[in-house]
Amino acid sequence: MELEKLKMGATPLKETDVKEGKVLSLAMTPDLSYAWDNGVAIGRYLEELKNGRIIARKCNKCNRIMLPPRMFCELCWRATDEWVYCKDTGTVNTFSICYVNWDASRIPPGQPPHIPAVIHVDGASHFMGILHVLGEVDPDDVKIGMKVKAVWKKPEEREGSITDIMYWKPLRPAKSKKATGRR
Amino acid sequence: MGQRVAIIGAGMTKFVRRAQETGKELAWQAAKAALDSCGLTLKDIDCVSLGTAPDAFDGVHMKGEYLSDGSGGWRKPYIRHFVGGGTGVFAPIHGWFHVASGVFDTCLVVCSEKMSSCHPHPQGAFKTIFDHTTEQPLDPTLIWIFALEYNRYMQTYGISKRDIALVSVKNKKNAMDHPAAQLPMEITVDDVLNSELLAWPVNRLDISPASDGAAAIVLAGERTARRLTDKPVWIEGVGWNLDTAYWATRDLSYPRYVEKAARMAYEMAGIKEPKKEIEIAEPYDPFTYKELHHMEGLLLADRGEAPQLLVDGVTQRDGDRPMCPSGGALGVGNPISATGLMKVIEIFLQLRGEAGKRQVPGNPTCGLAQAWGDLMQVGTVIVLKNR
Ligand SMILES: [Zn+2]
Repeated sequence: MELEKLKMGATPLKETDVKEGKVLSLAMTPDLSYAWDNGVAIGRYLEELKNGRIIARKCNKCNRIMLPPRMFCELCWRATDEWVYCKDTGTVNTFSICYVNWDASRIPPGQPPHIPAVIHVDGASHFMGILHVLGEVDPDDVKIGMKVKAVWKKPEEREGSITDIMYWKPLRPAKSKKATGRR
Repeated sequence: MGQRVAIIGAGMTKFVRRAQETGKELAWQAAKAALDSCGLTLKDIDCVSLGTAPDAFDGVHMKGEYLSDGSGGWRKPYIRHFVGGGTGVFAPIHGWFHVASGVFDTCLVVCSEKMSSCHPHPQGAFKTIFDHTTEQPLDPTLIWIFALEYNRYMQTYGISKRDIALVSVKNKKNAMDHPAAQLPMEITVDDVLNSELLAWPVNRLDISPASDGAAAIVLAGERTARRLTDKPVWIEGVGWNLDTAYWATRDLSYPRYVEKAARMAYEMAGIKEPKKEIEIAEPYDPFTYKELHHMEGLLLADRGEAPQLLVDGVTQRDGDRPMCPSGGALGVGNPISATGLMKVIEIFLQLRGEAGKRQVPGNPTCGLAQAWGDLMQVGTVIVLKNR
């Protein structure tokens, strides 16, 4: 068989074909809402975020101090043993400068981009990274390996959420305007 | 093992941004074409396996049931499987279980995807793949994790965006010879680098499009396959593997789950030196860097060295190790599950010498297709041989 000889299906539509009524289409927006229970490990994690602290969970078999915390060690397949506080400093393992919002809409010109990063938190085991965002930094100054510190919401504004940390900022101000993490 | 399993037929639809057809109509078109290609009817099919990606794309709950009639599944043993972006290459593996076990002699494997139903953009549906408590409140977009992985890959090996952009140039050009292609084009590295910056280091032309489309293949046990075709293509090795869903805790520079899946498939296929024995491959390329990242995980290039092979032309159709001769997800399009199966179909056609203008020289005898998905951590690999 050859694809070239196949009469292939899939009729391409243009946006205007729908708008002009050349083909009919039905739109629906589901009205659903969910409430997610936080569970034991993440429940405590969020409580401590509300207190302005980052807490991890340790497995005494593999000795990993794990973030986000978990009540069982997925590698040793056993219950974890103890709670361990981490610092609110860490290292940027990787980052992006993002001009797109979650729904694919674009950040308007002049507005600052999102700077998501994987941050290895001090006090957790090597390679225990979390997803968060950077702030108070020029996108051109962000570098892999950069030390960063959490910037917290005011205690009265915290609600027990990962966003109680507003963002992470460089531990030290950028030395040179030339320094760039972008190749 | 019960019996050897061959691919004996294949069919697909065009890949388009928005198809007039429903997902089940697309499934029907691809499945009918696959049966026609080997002279079978649905009566000859013992069981049906469907692969399709998240229900959230379609806004249809239990998409397996929804697509079952178009897939030819009614009044037959029928099952849907799903491993995110890895689904399309898991599809023939899943069909292989059915036939290799000896329980069935023929299996129709269908992958259908309709991403255009989700508005304003299917990217919105991807938000819910992030952890609802620890990640979603940060309003992540799917591109974040790819941009983060891409950056880590560049940093670890000192690779430039310019070298990686060449994947898009190669694949979109290859797609000009693919009759189903959505984004075939001749572009330059500068076109990629100057296209809209979405999430540095990812530009628009680094990303495959959202697509509608379907693909299907027919599997048969050895005796039936030899009776029905002179050119069976054998499934000689299959592998799949899952890494941690705490994705931020992984070494993002190397896809270990792909290596584990590949090693499983190579061992089954008796492949000791993949760089020599795998003559042609379709690694999953939803983003430019992923083709290179996956070549390394598949042990088809040393770590950090895939970009050099690309620059040296080794992975072009006429090179020593052609990659994505179809045009890949970047060129043919990316209707998630159907993309992986399109890649399997490309290797099937290449090993039969039926790939038309896309045919690589040298009569290849052994090829591979691979896909990747879930939360960036599942690898699915299939090794095919024509003898
Ligand atoms: Zn452990």
